[in-house]
Amino acid sequence: MKRSFFAFLSGAMFGVGLLISGMVDTTKVQGWLDVFGNWDPTLAFVLGGAILPMAIAWRVAARRRVAVLGDPLPMASSPAHPDANIVIGSVLFGMGWGLAGLCPGPAMASATFGGWGGLLFLVAMAAGMYVAPPIRRKIEIRSTQLKEI
Amino acid sequence: MIQEAWIWGLVGGLLIGSAAALFLLVNGRIMGASGILGGLVDGSAKGTSAEKIAFIAGLVIVPAVIALAMGGVKTNITSNPIVIIAAGLLVGVGTRLANGCTSGHGVCGISRLSLRGIVATVFYLLGGGLMMVFFRHVLGVI
Repeated sequence: MKRSFFAFLSGAMFGVGLLISGMVDTTKVQGWLDVFGNWDPTLAFVLGGAILPMAIAWRVAARRRVAVLGDPLPMASSPAHPDANIVIGSVLFGMGWGLAGLCPGPAMASATFGGWGGLLFLVAMAAGMYVAPPIRRKIEIRSTQLKEI
Repeated sequence: MIQEAWIWGLVGGLLIGSAAALFLLVNGRIMGASGILGGLVDGSAKGTSAEKIAFIAGLVIVPAVIALAMGGVKTNITSNPIVIIAAGLLVGVGTRLANGCTSGHGVCGISRLSLRGIVATVFYLLGGGLMMVFFRHVLGVI
């Protein structure tokens, strides 16, 4: 119950932040990605502003073993290395982000006021997420095979 | 007007980062929008599904109330259904292959200097930038 309450609170803060910062406005997001057009730098402030409290939180996390509700904390320094899935997946995600100006957070936050277009995007995104796991495994197998050659 | 947009961006960003900090320090979880939804969609969430559903409920309901109070918020999304479907599929598949999006890799990854997060961010910015060049400046469709 407590976990769900704080998850709801975190989701709510995230949503309000996305709303205030203009991340739910697809023209603003596309303006940020359009470096060679009428470039809009607002997103740099959003990302910078978001990284700041999180960088402090990671410092705090490094000194504790468990989170407030008792779960083990993720490591403050990630040991994992980038792989083929990170690169391929991120390029595909970026392409979709540029095409419509929506990423997963704002797409969900605007579910009730984004009209039919926003709902269609959510359905397509969920379908993409549903078919992704076997593709991810294939890429993983292929890239380890390539490394062994 | 433009300066005002930067200030709102910064304030909104601080709130987004605080949300991620809360989720990390209280629940012990990384706040990644695509992971939270994706885990529910592909069934990998298992024991964490209640928490994920609660997060999404907050993310959808509270902005809905604010938008209602403000008399609606414009997202200015394209009216071309083919573009919307293609974009949604790319975002869905891409974020799940990469195991993260703007919130997970961008906010939570960069802030702990994760190489995976930084590499992901470079490549999704590159992907998005190239799409703008091609579809806006070459083809003129978005």
